[in-house]
Amino acid sequence: MPDMKVNEKHVTVGKQFHDDPRMTMRNVNVFYGEKQAIHDVSIDIGKNEVMAMIGPSGCGKSTFLRSLNRMNDTVEGCRVEGEICMDGESLYNTKLDVVELRARVGMVFQKPNPFPKSIYENVAYGAKIHGLADSRIDLDEIVENSLNKAGLWKEVKDRLHQPGTGLSGGQQQRLCIARAIAVTPEVILMDEPCSALDPIATARIEELIKELSENFTIAIVTHSMQQAARVSDRTAYFHLGQLIEVNPTEQVFTMPEHELTEGYITGRFG
Amino acid sequence: MQASTLFIIIIGLSIFGYFMGQGRALALAKPLGGIRKLHSLPSYYAAQAALFCALPAIVLMGLWLIFEQPIIDSLVMSRVEAGGLIESKADYNLALNRVHNIAAGVLSREGQQSVVLAAADNLNAFRTNARLALTLLALSLSVAGLVLGLRRIRPDFRARASVEWIMSGLLMACALLAIFTTLGILLSVVFESIHFFRSVPISEFIFGTSWSPQTAIRADQVGSSGSFGAVPLFTGTLLISAVAMFVAVPVGLMSAIYLAEYASRRTRTLVKPTLEILAGIPTVVYGFFAALTVAPFIRNLGESLGLDVSSESALAAGSVMGVMIIPFISSLADDVITAVPQSMRDGSLALGATKSETIRKVVVPAALPGIVGGVLLALSRAIGETMIVVMAAGMAANLTANPLDTVTTVTVQIVTLLTGDQEFDSAKTLAAFALGLMLFVVTLCLNIVALRVVKKYREQYE
Ligand SMILES: Nc1ncnc2c1ncn2[C@@H]1O[C@H](COP(=O)(O)OP(=O)(O)OP(=O)(O)O)[C@@H](O)[C@H]1O
Ligand SMILES: [Mg+2]
Repeated sequence: MPDMKVNEKHVTVGKQFHDDPRMTMRNVNVFYGEKQAIHDVSIDIGKNEVMAMIGPSGCGKSTFLRSLNRMNDTVEGCRVEGEICMDGESLYNTKLDVVELRARVGMVFQKPNPFPKSIYENVAYGAKIHGLADSRIDLDEIVENSLNKAGLWKEVKDRLHQPGTGLSGGQQQRLCIARAIAVTPEVILMDEPCSALDPIATARIEELIKELSENFTIAIVTHSMQQAARVSDRTAYFHLGQLIEVNPTEQVFTMPEHELTEGYITGRFG
Repeated sequence: MQASTLFIIIIGLSIFGYFMGQGRALALAKPLGGIRKLHSLPSYYAAQAALFCALPAIVLMGLWLIFEQPIIDSLVMSRVEAGGLIESKADYNLALNRVHNIAAGVLSREGQQSVVLAAADNLNAFRTNARLALTLLALSLSVAGLVLGLRRIRPDFRARASVEWIMSGLLMACALLAIFTTLGILLSVVFESIHFFRSVPISEFIFGTSWSPQTAIRADQVGSSGSFGAVPLFTGTLLISAVAMFVAVPVGLMSAIYLAEYASRRTRTLVKPTLEILAGIPTVVYGFFAALTVAPFIRNLGESLGLDVSSESALAAGSVMGVMIIPFISSLADDVITAVPQSMRDGSLALGATKSETIRKVVVPAALPGIVGGVLLALSRAIGETMIVVMAAGMAANLTANPLDTVTTVTVQIVTLLTGDQEFDSAKTLAAFALGLMLFVVTLCLNIVALRVVKKYREQYE
């Protein structure tokens, strides 16, 4: 497939910008030591938009997602160049408070990672840290609301004080989602949130994403094209660290503009 | 023949057997069309021949050498006993010693009773015969094993399985040896303790608050009758251990957190081995450091503050012991903290927690069982520690909780009880065994609890 080669000077095709953006990324490069994982990516994510990111394994989706809330800071030797702004304010500004940023940009990881604490404490954790509750009653309410939104309340309301690690994989993932929304972030980043879940739990979470998109901005990485098609407004296709195409989801899956995108979604390579 | 010579001969024979076996197996394989026609590789046949040759003979030698002496002794002494010279166990041992010395030519034969002389001659004769018998038996067993091993080299014989079987047996024997040694030590301590508890009631030992083990050597001697209340020793041990843990737990834990979470890779590779050097310093060095440097320093400091500090204070011994224990805690805690999955930290950081909040609220609680396990292991180490307290803690068995006072510990008392010249079966000597037993039980319980806690922690993430 010689035509599948990525050019040195690549131009993203499609509608990569948005009229009412929450997050704007311009010419972003990410390096792990000497190795460049993201090449010159520019994209907007709009307010109340669900952006799906797809692409073959190792193409840099997680890396890109993690640079949106500066989780790459914890990776030794990782360096981010270019401009990433949220509501016009640069994230990599030295004056920016990372802690506050991460409270505004929540993240759900690929593998559920509940704390070895009770279900209640897991959800209350962020709220306590940010002083969102003035009383125990407030806190109870936050916990109940978040669990409700994550579709977990009914299953766990009688066992709130049992360890969160004792839940099933799908329940744990929904617990992590509840934990993330308990701090009322404005943006939620989800890295393959359903990769370990059965179809029923996946359907639940997709429903949740749709609900959440009424209030939040969501960026979701997924390997399931059906999932991207079901939940997202626009889809971004990454290939070897480059952003190849961004277009409304329907268009990406029916008439992709770029041959690489077409190759990927028709399963010619991946 | 000397036992060692015999041993070397048997080993030589078995090496010879190995090469014989290999040669035979190869010779056997050739006409059949190669090694793959044999059931096992030639080296298995060879190993089998060698093992058959060496093992039974060596086992026989071992058993013989263990039982030879007591059997010969009892044979020899039966005559002497019949002579009516023996009245007590002490007499018996004395006479036996004399016989041995005469037989070895250390003691001159002049002026000895004829029974004893006859016994000494007897002893020598028995010994020569026994050695001869052993040599003959072991050598013939070895040769027989070799022949058997070589004869079993047949293409369809499963030498591999039989070698595996012998090997697993050997390994198990080694494991059993370790277990039996532990058991043997434990039993001997238990028996001597029972002996001790015959003269001192167990309740007095465990609950008594006064410790002064001086007993009168002769019945008509004036002097103290001795009292064996172990409580002051255990409180002393606990006091010193508490001081040690007071120093070691915060310092060890915090340095572990620093190393695991904050230090750059370079600092870590530099600091961690340095900390672990602390564990490599001989305890006797810590001992004189405590006695000659720290104790006077604390005493002077106390005096300048107007406090009454004894020159062998629990504080001095305990704090130095604490320094010794720091690396135990820091290195164990460092391990469990780094074992907390990064995803746990990411989860917390992604919620907007700061690094120190993450450490306090997620990492340390997640690692806590492991940390507690490490602390308990360190505590049992502190309780059993001997050299530092022998050198730096006192001898006076004070029942006190004041770390500026002098106290003594269980281990110190065991050492002093056993380093005098005392009759072996006096209460004073036997008390050491009882103390040892108590110490063993306490540290055993601590270790069991610690291992359980650590194990539980491991299960959590796997
Ligand atoms: N911590 C790291 N150190 C060095 N290289 C890394 C690191 N993390 C990721 N990479 C490299 O960066 C590239 C992009 O990785 P990334 O995890 O972003 O891929 P991905 O698109 O999320 O893949 P997947 O779909 O398999 O999760 C890969 O080539 C990977 O090897
Ligand atoms: Mg990924």
